[in-house]
Formats: sequence, structure tokens, C-alpha cells
Amino acid sequence: MTQQLVLYPLLLQLFLSIILMFSWKRISWQRVISILGGILNLGVSIWLFAYIWENGTQTIQAGNWEAPFGITFVADTLAVTLVLLTSISGVAVSAFSASSIIPARLKFGYFPIFHFLLLGLIGAFLTGDIFNLYVWFEIIIISSFVLITLGGEKAQLEGAVKYFTLNILASMIFLTAIAVLYGLTGSLNMADLSIKVAAIENRGLVEITAILFLVAFGIKAAVFPLYFWLPASYHTPPSAVSAIFGGLLTKVGVYALIRVFTLIFVGDVFMQDTILVMAILTLISGGLGALIQTNLRKVFSYLIICHIGYMIIGLGMYTEVAIAGTIFYLIHDIVVKTNLFMVGGLIYRIKGTNNIKSLGGLYAEYPRLSLLIAIPLFSLVGIPPLSGFWPKLSLLNAGFNDQNWWAMGAILFASLITLVIIAKVWSNVVWKDKVELPKRINFRYFENLNKTRKIQLVAPIVFLSLISLYIGFGAEHVQQLSTRVAGELMDNQQYIDAVFKTGQNLKP
Amino acid sequence: MRTIILKTASAYLLPVLLLFSVFILLRGHYLPGGGFVGGLMASIAFVLHAFANGLSNTKTLIRFHPGFLMPVGLALAFLSGMAPLMFDLPFMTGLWYPEAIPVIGSLGSALFFDIGVYLVVIGVTLTIIFTIADTI
Repeated sequence: MTQQLVLYPLLLQLFLSIILMFSWKRISWQRVISILGGILNLGVSIWLFAYIWENGTQTIQAGNWEAPFGITFVADTLAVTLVLLTSISGVAVSAFSASSIIPARLKFGYFPIFHFLLLGLIGAFLTGDIFNLYVWFEIIIISSFVLITLGGEKAQLEGAVKYFTLNILASMIFLTAIAVLYGLTGSLNMADLSIKVAAIENRGLVEITAILFLVAFGIKAAVFPLYFWLPASYHTPPSAVSAIFGGLLTKVGVYALIRVFTLIFVGDVFMQDTILVMAILTLISGGLGALIQTNLRKVFSYLIICHIGYMIIGLGMYTEVAIAGTIFYLIHDIVVKTNLFMVGGLIYRIKGTNNIKSLGGLYAEYPRLSLLIAIPLFSLVGIPPLSGFWPKLSLLNAGFNDQNWWAMGAILFASLITLVIIAKVWSNVVWKDKVELPKRINFRYFENLNKTRKIQLVAPIVFLSLISLYIGFGAEHVQQLSTRVAGELMDNQQYIDAVFKTGQNLKP
Repeated sequence: MRTIILKTASAYLLPVLLLFSVFILLRGHYLPGGGFVGGLMASIAFVLHAFANGLSNTKTLIRFHPGFLMPVGLALAFLSGMAPLMFDLPFMTGLWYPEAIPVIGSLGSALFFDIGVYLVVIGVTLTIIFTIADTI
């Protein structure tokens, strides 16, 4: 049973997509299948996580081909943590979509595609083969193209063109980088690459390949000079789609960066400095961008960019404490960002607009809901003891150990700017007096929804807020997890041994 | 584009092309071919038929919406991948029936995966082409 456990979340998502495709026209079934499947997937992911936590890294050779030749799936602690977070966000967004996505969109296969996207995400986290990683990236971007254009509104298509162009470009660069790497080493297995790249004499060529990977994943993760597609496109699709994009899509880029630069291109001082500079500029420019926006979802989009900086900066410093901070931030950020975009969607449902200037009076109308919204907003800033505080502490600690004043300055500056922005959002949306808005016709306002739909909108936000609170108040556990992941990432040998474990191949 | 020559020819070409696509599908394991190419050929057969006889005739010929082939094909491919799990082997391991079968050759789970691909490709291609042809 447990022998194939690594692949179960992956296979379950594929199974769900197929089942959902069979019930293409029956939207009410799709809603139920998607939510129940999401809960089941959460259960499987927790099982996998618990198993890996107890027994250490597990691998499986797809098709029973031996390690450097076949495709290996590796479940180390980082991968299963991200799979778990994907499942958590996935089930929340499933429930949120069931209520917030209009039937016209659902009729064109929203749910099957959504589960294909989750399949791609889980696959990208679990694979141990760099070309296979590319394939999962393709699945992710193809599904995301469909999700971003589904509905075919003019603004959506405009955003989609920018999104499409830059992501295709990133994929091409990624593919070129893989080709060069394959030319250098003759291998695609990441564990094998780790050994072979270290042995290459011509370091210049290795460095160029590393830069190609950096650019490719940098576009996907939206770091400093390559982020402009993100704020241009993330606010256009329905908020459930933005939630999964904002929560997970850019994080796959970060994950790929972490994986590649801790496993394959290790100990290159020049690359580390480049990443560090990019991270500092990302922190500053993303924060400044968010300051001037008035559309709630655009504010959140810029905050995504700003906070990607926190994750990259730990990778740039490259010490165990810094990587632990990065991982902690990743865990916190996936939950909070997914939640924030859903909050944006909820506010849109209540008021009919996302413009900060015309919003207001939420506290007077929905006091309990406002308190709920406060949790993700202030977790994002990291007001102690909420979840954003602890990873920043780790990162500052790492910066202090390195005497890296620039990095520390950028981290503090970005925190301050986030605080300003969130304070602005809070006072404008929740505290300000109500602005009278003209009632939109043909718009399903929150107050007119039936009870099930209301629960489907609010329950995911409650669920993710509780997890955020857990990350904040149970920081000790998450810190323990992050430290363990950082330990595994700094010590490649563990990963390599797990992949090349003798007697791994199963005989019939 | 409705010429009598094409119309007559397409009546014969449809079965021949479909047979050829199955041939391509079956030889694909060791030789050039396989589910993807076979699927494309099969959909070309239907597209040719639509050219000659009009889209609505082709639709009545197929009887069901071609999009339905997508989940069927995916399910078949998925099940062929899952089959080894029953023997405690990793996902997608090739299972082979020990003796060769006449005409088809060796029978294994890889063949069912390929048939799945074949169906998905037909489903996707025809859905795309029919949708575009409908809107023009």
C-alpha cells in the first residue's frame, strides 16, 4: 500500500479530472465531486506527509526504469510539504469556486481544468527529473491559459496575452537551458545532474546554464526585472482563479529555483550575489508598486511580487538559517496569498467592486466577517504572533549573521511598506464610512445568495485563516519543519542516496 | 468545395484511412507510429469526410460528440498505467502477455495506453476543428 504512496496525490488528481470530464454537462455534480475529491486529496497528502516525516525521503521509479534513465519521483520533506499546501489551497479554492464562479464558466470545463492545474502543480513538486519538471510546467501553463481566458471577457483576454507571451518565453528559455545542460552532462535526472555538474571543468559554461535557469524560473516566479506580466494579468480572471494563481503558480517558480540552486548549481558565489541583488530589488519595487494601486486585487498582485523577494533573498544568502526562513515564508505565503485573493473575491461579491476608493463600511455591515478578513491581512504583514512574523525573524537573523546590511534593510523596508499598504486597505475597506454605490443589475450580491452558497464562500476563508493562525501560534512546529527541510537541502547527499538507493527497483 | 469526385472518393477513403490509422497505432511500439500519429490520421479521415459531405453529415455519422472520446481515452490510459499497481509494480510499468497474438503481436499494457492516446487525440482534434468550422 505505502510502496506507491508517493504517487497517490498525483494519480488522485488525474482520476478526479477524468471523472469530472465524464460529467462535463452536470455542473452540480462537478461541484460536489471537486469538493469531496479535494477533501480526499487533503487526506492522502496528510498521509504522505506523515509517512515522509516518519521514514525520510522516499522515491519511486515510474515504469520501473532504473534511476538515471527513467523518471524518478522523489518525495523529500520540501516536496511533500508543498504537496500538502497545494492540497490545502486546492480544497479551499474548490469550495470557493463552487459558489463564486458563474455557471456559464463552469459549463466550459472549469473544474476538470482546475484539477489538471493541481495535477501539474503536484507533479512539479514531486518529480526528480528536470525534463519531467518541464513537462509539468507545460501542464500548469496550459491549464492556466484556459483558466485565465475562460469566460472570454475583453480584460481577461488582454491579461491573458501578456501572461501567455511571457510564460511561453520562459518555457522556451527553460527548454534551452535543459538542452544545454543535457549537452554538458548527458543526464536529466536531478540527483545525477548534481553529481555530474559538480565534476565539470568548464565553470563558465555551467554558470551560463545557471543563468538561463535563473531567467526562466525568474519569469515564472516574477522576480525583479521580469515581473511585469503578473500585475497585468492576475486581476483579470475570477477571484477563485486568481487565488490559485497567486497562491501557488508563482511559488512553483520559487520551488524550481530552490531545487535547482540547492541541488544542481551549488556553491557558486556569483549566482548567489545575483540572486541576492534581484531579491532586494524585487522587495523594493514590488512594495513601491503596490503603494499606488487602487484596485484591491492589483494591490495584492504587487504584494505577491514584493513577497517573492523574501523567498529569493534566503536563497541568495544561502545559509541554513536563511533557507529555513525561505521555506517558512513559502509555507506562510501560499496559505495567506490564496486566502487574500479569496477575500478580494468575497468583498467583490458583497460590494460589486474592487476599487478601494469606492469601498467602505464593511465593519458596520459585517463585523464578524471583517474580523475574519483581519486574520489574513495582518498575517501578511507579520504582526507578531501572526504567521508572517516568524520567517522574517529567521531571515533577519540570517542577514545579521552574514553582516548583510543591504538584505536586512530591504527586508525591513518591504515589511514597513506592506504594513502601510495593509493599513491603507484596512482603513479604506473596513473602517471608512460606507460609500453609496449604484446597485448593479444582473449581479448576484452576497446578501441575495442562498445559505449553501454563502457558506461555500466564507468557509474556505475560515479554513485558511485557521491554518494561518496555526502557522503563527504553532510556529515552533513549522520552524522545526523548515529547519529540517533546510537541512535536507543543504546536504544533497541525502537526496542523491534516496534516488540511487540500491535494490530500489521492484521485481515482479 | 462540394465536388462529386471528392464526395465519391471520400466514401472510400474514410474506411481506408481509419484502417490505416489503426495499422499505424498498432505498429507504433517499436516502429515509427503510435497513438498520437494514428489519432491524427483518424481525425483527418473525418475532416476529409466533412469537407466532402458537409459538417452536419459527418456529425450524424459519428453519432456522439467527439469530445466524449477525451475522457474515455484518458480513462483508458490512466487504467493501463494503474494496472501494474495491482502487481505491486510502480505506476506505468509495462505488463506483457507472455505469448504473441496473431496480427496484433505482443499484447501489453503499453498498447492500451497508446489506444487511450489515440482516442484523446481524435477527440481533441475533432472538437477543435468542428468548433472552428461551426463558427465560420
